[in-house]
Amino acid sequence: MIQPLHQTLYELLKQVTGFIYPNEIEVHWGILVVVYPYLTGLVAGAFILASLVKVFNVKEVQSVYRLSLLTALAFLIIAPLPLLLHLGHPERSFEIFLNPNFTSAMAMFGFVYAWYLMVVLLLEIWFTYRKDIILWSKNERFLMRWIHKIISLFSTDVSEKSVVFDKKMVKAITIIGIPSAFLLHGYVGFIFGSIKANPWWSSVLMPIVFLFSAIVSGIALVILIYMIVTPSRGQKIDMACLDKMASFLFYAVIIDFSLELLDFIHRLYESEESIKILSDLVMNKLFISLGIIQVLLGMLLPLGVMVAIKLFRFDAELRKLLYFVSAILIQLGIFATRWNVVVGGQMFSKSFRGLTAYKMELTGFEGIFMALLLLVLPFIVLAILVKILPPWEPAPVSDLEAVSD
Amino acid sequence: MERRKFGKKLFTLVISTTVFGGLLKKANAQTKDYDPSKHYYGMGIQTNKCIGCGRCVEACKDENNVPREPFFFRTWVERYTIKKDGEVTVQNVDSRITTQRENIFEKEILRSFFVPKLCNQCDNPPCVQVCPVGATFKTEDGIIIVDEERCIGCRYCIQACPYGARYIHPEKQTADKCTFCYHRITKELLPACVEVCPSQARIFGDLRSGASPLGRFKRLFKLHVLKPFLNTEPKVSYSDLDGEVR
Repeated sequence: MIQPLHQTLYELLKQVTGFIYPNEIEVHWGILVVVYPYLTGLVAGAFILASLVKVFNVKEVQSVYRLSLLTALAFLIIAPLPLLLHLGHPERSFEIFLNPNFTSAMAMFGFVYAWYLMVVLLLEIWFTYRKDIILWSKNERFLMRWIHKIISLFSTDVSEKSVVFDKKMVKAITIIGIPSAFLLHGYVGFIFGSIKANPWWSSVLMPIVFLFSAIVSGIALVILIYMIVTPSRGQKIDMACLDKMASFLFYAVIIDFSLELLDFIHRLYESEESIKILSDLVMNKLFISLGIIQVLLGMLLPLGVMVAIKLFRFDAELRKLLYFVSAILIQLGIFATRWNVVVGGQMFSKSFRGLTAYKMELTGFEGIFMALLLLVLPFIVLAILVKILPPWEPAPVSDLEAVSD
Repeated sequence: MERRKFGKKLFTLVISTTVFGGLLKKANAQTKDYDPSKHYYGMGIQTNKCIGCGRCVEACKDENNVPREPFFFRTWVERYTIKKDGEVTVQNVDSRITTQRENIFEKEILRSFFVPKLCNQCDNPPCVQVCPVGATFKTEDGIIIVDEERCIGCRYCIQACPYGARYIHPEKQTADKCTFCYHRITKELLPACVEVCPSQARIFGDLRSGASPLGRFKRLFKLHVLKPFLNTEPKVSYSDLDGEVR
């Protein structure tokens, strides 16, 4: 274990420019810590999209409400995995829950996560699906019947009164849920934003930037999933729904872009002690990932496309294509955003006198393959969830066999 | 002649055993009687006295089982060279990790000096604030220590330290840092780096005591700490600290 690390560090040493503190050669938070905020961002974004439907009663997006909830759950289940794998002692991770240090933003992870998973997502999904699950379980075969019975917690009441109560509960949970989703991703931003030692991270805007980039990535993800899953089920894409989602996406991108621009201008204008090294960082280490991928491809290009869609009357097929490409570009851009924050923040020395380097492995816990696996896993979880809890609305009992086949 | 030589050797042995044994006993006794509430440690660094020999770094690695490779340090020494045109070159005195290797001619140099670095044992330590499990903490006598039985290896403390004073021990996979040689100072011994410094550039002691080398250091010099604007309140203070040092 110790041998390869030295070799890597000796190799990296050749790429170091200027002076860095000697302990800074190792980049401590690698690709896994990039994946983590990316995944939680998707959770928060997908959930906020679902909440928009309920709170503001947006009829057009009703058909992706359940899909968004399941997407949020699937990604939330996988989100802590990259953190766990990146720990030096994963076997001690439970200490965060048992012995939390209350001054640590990271220690609050346990509470925020548990609150969001247990109180918000699971409850909302349960109340949303309860009646359907009970109805489904009545004409199903052994295995699915029992799965559904267990998931419904053996409730059997489908009376009008109980359904009204379900709806009330969903509404109440959604209202708690929106600030919770804000909390979930805002706190991830706070983990970075509160580190005064690091001028690239230390910004009061960080939680807000994280939040809006989360909303952007979450909506784009649901658009992608919806556009892939709907035709594969032999159904037609509902253009009203797609246009509305794209519209939300458009406004979210504008807010996100404005916030990041504000952050950029503010730093440049204040021009503090760190400005020289941060300029070096952006020009040398992050030029492609920040300038090209995050800003140009991930933000300005999709923004331009969406402005064009709003201005000109493209037909449905072209709109679909443009939405799809934009959503992919936005995903790429937001992943680059996470990369630029996490890895970028460790590419310069806290002596402000030099730049260090990061070499990503292919295999191993901190490797590209592991990162890809962690990015694919939520989709597998989602596929299972969709099988157990078909999110297609309306879900009449007669359609059921067609869906489960 | 032989008998005399033997007698002499025997005498030396008896004396040294007695003295050494006595010292050892005293040391053990002091650990037992050690009262942390009676101390509050700090260090003074007389920058002008450092000759950049790097013995402190070696002694620290030996004393604390710090990995030998030049990527893990509890203490290190930086060499600053400021040219007449204002250009600043900083190098680590450990030549294995010197990255700026340009030759600077003597005539070009305006001033040049060494700065020993180590954990500042901050009174307001960001590393302790961010540790999610409380594995790193401040002792009653003011030292920041990592409990390696509890550290989960999340590396948040390394991100939070403005001074680059922490690293992950490659074998233990837990955070590691300077403890002012806590195992030594609780036996009234000096930290290893202070003990070996040939020019007495490092002065260790109790911040509360006036009649001590550290007290004298604090009286005689104008002092500065590293990155004071971050409000970490370091307990390591420097005399004659150049503005270029970060």
